[in-house]
Amino acid sequence: MIKEYKNTAVKPEPKGFPWKQVVGLFLSLALTFLALWVALGLSLPVPITLTVIVGLAIIQALIQLFMFMHFTEGTDPSHQMMGIAFGLFVAFAMVAGTLWIMAFML
Amino acid sequence: MIENIKAFLGDFFVTGDPMIYGADVSIALASIAIVVTLTYFKKWRWLWDEWLTTVDHKKIGIMYIIAALLMLFRGGVDAILMRTQLALPNMNFLDADHYNQIFTTHGTIMIIFVAMPFIFGLMNIAVPLQIGARDVAYPYLNALSFWLFFFGAMLFNLSFVIGGSPDAGWTAYAPYAGPELNPSSVGQNYYYIGVQISGIGSLMTGINFLVTIAKMRAPGMTLFKMPMFTWSILITSLIIIFAFPTFTVTLALGLFDHLLGTHFFTIGGGGSPMLWANLFWFWGHPEVYIVLLPVFGIFSEVIATFAHKTLFGYATMVCSMVAISILSFLTWLHHFFTMGNTAPVNAFFSLSTMLIAIPTGVKIFNWLFTLNKGRIEFTTPMLWALAFIPNFTIGGVTGVMLAMAPADYQYHNSMFLIAHFHSTLIAGTVFGVFCGLHYWWPKMFGYLLNEKLGKWSFWVFMISFNVCFMPMYFLGLMGMTRRMYTYPAGLGWGPVNFIITIGAFGMGVGFVIMAWNIVWSAIKGKRDTTGDPWGGRTLEWSIPSPAPEYNFAHIPKVTTRDAFAAMKEDKKRGREQKPKPFEPIHMPNNSGIPFIMSALFFVAGFGFVFKWYWMGIPGLIGVAICMIARSFVYDDHHHIPTDEIERTERATGRLS
Ligand code: HEM
Ligand SMILES: [Cu+2]
Repeated sequence: MIKEYKNTAVKPEPKGFPWKQVVGLFLSLALTFLALWVALGLSLPVPITLTVIVGLAIIQALIQLFMFMHFTEGTDPSHQMMGIAFGLFVAFAMVAGTLWIMAFML
Repeated sequence: MIENIKAFLGDFFVTGDPMIYGADVSIALASIAIVVTLTYFKKWRWLWDEWLTTVDHKKIGIMYIIAALLMLFRGGVDAILMRTQLALPNMNFLDADHYNQIFTTHGTIMIIFVAMPFIFGLMNIAVPLQIGARDVAYPYLNALSFWLFFFGAMLFNLSFVIGGSPDAGWTAYAPYAGPELNPSSVGQNYYYIGVQISGIGSLMTGINFLVTIAKMRAPGMTLFKMPMFTWSILITSLIIIFAFPTFTVTLALGLFDHLLGTHFFTIGGGGSPMLWANLFWFWGHPEVYIVLLPVFGIFSEVIATFAHKTLFGYATMVCSMVAISILSFLTWLHHFFTMGNTAPVNAFFSLSTMLIAIPTGVKIFNWLFTLNKGRIEFTTPMLWALAFIPNFTIGGVTGVMLAMAPADYQYHNSMFLIAHFHSTLIAGTVFGVFCGLHYWWPKMFGYLLNEKLGKWSFWVFMISFNVCFMPMYFLGLMGMTRRMYTYPAGLGWGPVNFIITIGAFGMGVGFVIMAWNIVWSAIKGKRDTTGDPWGGRTLEWSIPSPAPEYNFAHIPKVTTRDAFAAMKEDKKRGREQKPKPFEPIHMPNNSGIPFIMSALFFVAGFGFVFKWYWMGIPGLIGVAICMIARSFVYDDHHHIPTDEIERTERATGRLS
């Protein structure tokens, strides 16, 4: 359960150069352009293209989680787990639901 | 040359309609009047220092509400124009194109620029006060959210006089909204970009309030001691965070189809128009709960306060909201049962939709049991809350009728549907925000709205609402469909439509009485000297009205639910705590960046609407510069010294 806290504003992070975020930014950019190149620049068969860019998307999601979204910080890991669980549920509902709904057109 | 300029201006400004010229003139006059007044009274500095750069959640809340009321006026005028056109068969008041544009702007404005900001306004005012906090978790982000909403709304509204409004409905279904059938793109781009800019603000508001409620509660206030309104905002924030990204992406893909020639939603190139409907409603249905759950919270507060009892079934209320937040992501297909989906798909979503009615019904019973044996006081906010119960229930029951997929083949896109969702959106959201407005008004401004005028506006609005929307159900069953700009005589629809239009004008009258009440009370309204005009139960009533800049001179300690009711009880028993010495209070600094950055978003958005990349791209570069500038601001807070706190507290009579 979420515990109560002192109600002061969120503490600023320690000063210093934000290496983690900068590296994360460049990795994200690189992965995005890589995906673009795989889709437009190479002419792989469609299923392979899709697999590759979905793989790249998952890597990028992990980078976001760890480099920007303070995934490893925080006072209570159960918050993170609840958030991730709900996120997975929504993502599953959307992807599986959409495939199921649109199946009649395929 | 002159010919070219003429042709350009003719396309740029919407021409040829006297109503639009009227709007041009009134916009010009209103702008001149504002500029002149501000200059004459030398108020520019005040406007900038006190409002445009503020990060105070209470002022941001007030600005949200002012903007929402103005947009409600615009959306209401749209509604009345439509109803005038439909009052009699074969009317020529609006032509087909114009009617299409008006229902599109009406729907978009009412949902995105009225319902959402009104709720955001009320939660900005009330949530930090209810949890005993001095501001939200990210005050700067809060200001940015507001200004993004504001400039998004302005961009969307501009379409009326410059370039032309979108006309594909607030749902903007492909293929009609797509580039093949909408080659000029301008109106549709206004929709994608205006809604996108304000949507970014909504997403940030969701994050802000989730963190605020999770992290900034007063000591002792565990989750299950939070006021019900705060609970509803917690759940709403969660839904916002998970639903809005879908919308952001969907709008961006729609825009790409227009700007970059992609084929996400066109038939050519392997795209799928139906995917738009699917993605739109994946956000759209949770959105319905985003604008409903907060008002459920408001009603819970108001009903408990004016029944003078604690809320019945606190834990079931919370559980039903959690259930709604999960189920709301599983029902979206009920908006397009007739798209050709297979039977198992329709059956699943039919069931999930009926399932979500259960937690909602549970809440209705909780309110009824709260009222049971209560000492009910019929104030204006309470009247809105009491009227909500039966009126909203009709909307809920017709919703369950619509949820039955085979029957929906009859109801779909008929006036029955229009009546259904207005029963939920007006009797739910609008009654709710009006209720909250009257309830929290004294906390915002330090005086009460007049009760007599308040009751007049309530009765006129509520009765007219029924005159307008009850017959509309039958009109739907008689075969009239939605988005129909006129109809022939002899179908028997004429008299019903005429009654509906009377109701629409009546609601307009109710709104005008409310506006008059606001003006009247600003001059002569009863001062609220106690800070607790209603005998409230939650912490916002424990501080003076209007709340001082720092909200709480001392952060309260909470031991039970209805914390302020308990404190008053303690005081009566003589168990009051001795006042402690003040400590300097840490507050965030004002900043002009949110305003400037959002204005640059507006400039960029305007450029992209017309595909003027020379304007759009520099605008976005400006946005980036603002972000960089902000990250070098290190001096972002100040302290309010103790003597200033003492002076403020003394002025409100809290210190003797
Ligand atoms: C003053 C009271 C109101 C009246 C008289 C009114 C009337 C109407 C009318 C006549 C239509 C178009 C029906 C058609 O021909 O398809 C409509 C559509 C709509 N209204 Fe309202 N309305 C009112 C308030 C509201 C409010 C408060 C909301 C939301 C918070 C709202 C949301 C919508 C939406 C989403 C549509 C659908 C637009 C579309 O077809 O794309 N309305 N309304
Ligand atoms: Cu729905």
